[in-house]
Amino acid sequence: MTTLLQQLINGLSLGSIYALLALGYTMVYGIIKLINFAHGDIYMLGAFWGYYTINFWHFNFIFALVSAMFVCAVAGVVIEYLAYRPLRHAPRITALITAIGVSYFLENIMSYLYGADTRNFPQVIKQVNYTIFGVRISNIQILILATACFLMILLQLIIKKTKMGRAMRAVSVDADAAELVGININRTISFTFALGSSMAGAAGVLIGLYYNSIDPLMGMTPGIKAFVAAVVGGIGSVPGASLGGFLIGLLETAVQSVGLSAYKDAAVYLVLIIILLVLPAGIFGKNVKEKV
Amino acid sequence: MSTLLKVEDLVKNFGGLTAVSDVTMQLNDDELVALIGPNGAGKTTLFNLLTGVIVPSSGSITFRGPNGTIPLNGKKAYKIANLGMARTFQNIRLFKELSVLDNVLIAMTAHYKEGFVQSVFRLPKFYRTEAQIRQEAIELLKIFDLQDDVDKLAKNLPYGIQRRLEIVRGLAMKPKVLFLDEPAAGMNPEETADLTRLIRQIQREFHITVLLIEHDMSLVMNLAERIYVLDHGSLLAEGTPAQIQQNPAVIKAYLGEEA
Repeated sequence: MTTLLQQLINGLSLGSIYALLALGYTMVYGIIKLINFAHGDIYMLGAFWGYYTINFWHFNFIFALVSAMFVCAVAGVVIEYLAYRPLRHAPRITALITAIGVSYFLENIMSYLYGADTRNFPQVIKQVNYTIFGVRISNIQILILATACFLMILLQLIIKKTKMGRAMRAVSVDADAAELVGININRTISFTFALGSSMAGAAGVLIGLYYNSIDPLMGMTPGIKAFVAAVVGGIGSVPGASLGGFLIGLLETAVQSVGLSAYKDAAVYLVLIIILLVLPAGIFGKNVKEKV
Repeated sequence: MSTLLKVEDLVKNFGGLTAVSDVTMQLNDDELVALIGPNGAGKTTLFNLLTGVIVPSSGSITFRGPNGTIPLNGKKAYKIANLGMARTFQNIRLFKELSVLDNVLIAMTAHYKEGFVQSVFRLPKFYRTEAQIRQEAIELLKIFDLQDDVDKLAKNLPYGIQRRLEIVRGLAMKPKVLFLDEPAAGMNPEETADLTRLIRQIQREFHITVLLIEHDMSLVMNLAERIYVLDHGSLLAEGTPAQIQQNPAVIKAYLGEEA
């Protein structure tokens, strides 16, 4: 029982990171039908920003987190503007390949500029472990869970209740009709990238704190796992992405806890294959039939 | 009565095909004008040119704004929309996955300001603005008997109601001109009669100019003050319903050469 609870807490902490990342995938897909493979690298940029500002400018945690979100939002908007916007009306596969290109570009430019070696993320918050009923939980895990939940609720409020969120939903349903009722499509898409990328930036700082190490290629695997999470939840669905993230996190820790650590990535991809075979639209996804 | 929208020598070529050629027309304040013509005459293309969906090959479109005339050529569609041009579509294009209320609120987007900080942190001013625009949207829905459908998804409404909602969405933009693209398409005679009343009511209550594409001649002849006839992309005739019904060129275009 204790082990189960312990794994549950570990799984939820990891899962909340995947959930934050998956939100970016799902929002961008919802609005321009693009799988933004560079999303995992935005998360890496967020982690590096946190590393530098904490080490050299002595930012505290909150400040590092908020500034990383801001910087990543800007990076996301710039990437969309330079790489994806010119391809808005190109075939989807063109934009998809461009996204992979952007991903490699970010990974390699960071390796080139800062070196490819792994570095220790500064422990800006001293880890304290609490034991409650035999279950160990660290203050960092609590912090990760709380921050992730706060950001997800905030995001949900933005999408459901604000003018910009309404515009986002309108553009994702019918972009041309949205433009004709007076919505600035380009600004709405930029805003979506900003929101998604800021979530990834936050996830980057949180993971640095949790795993204590960062490197320029750190975005690859979590990026793909978050993509799997978005697909599991139903790509395009915001609550689906959160749920998918937590599920993938739990699955990974469950596989590790039964002693199959080496296969944890394989288990995630196995889930992707099963979901695509059995429930291709995901848990909350809409079953969209292609019109002929 | 003064000119609100002026179209001069408008041309649109698609490759070698001239879809709209040398069209000159004008819309005045508070006027109800119909645009008719056989299938493929270029009516919807003309609507797309006027609302900025496609860019004209040559010619000019000008709109009388609050501070003098504004050229619309090459302006982005959302900017044209925000100047006061609303439209409906031949094949209904509501935001199907969203609620009726959201459909209307989205169309009101340009008409209220909402600070980002305010809305994210739910400051009191946000609630006031939000309550106010919701109220405004519901009032508008009430006029068109849609108050009971506020929370339904647009796609779950019956066809005729969807058409009506699309008109309401257009009106929510507080337009000066409303373009209706075949509003009676797919309607039975009873629904068409309802629609005729509705369009009259809109014009009376909202004081807007309406330009209407329609194939249902009973509706056109009943409603329109003036009619433009388009055939093969160019203007064939212009006049009152009575004049158009007598016009030999129009009869020829619709019914073919007399044997």
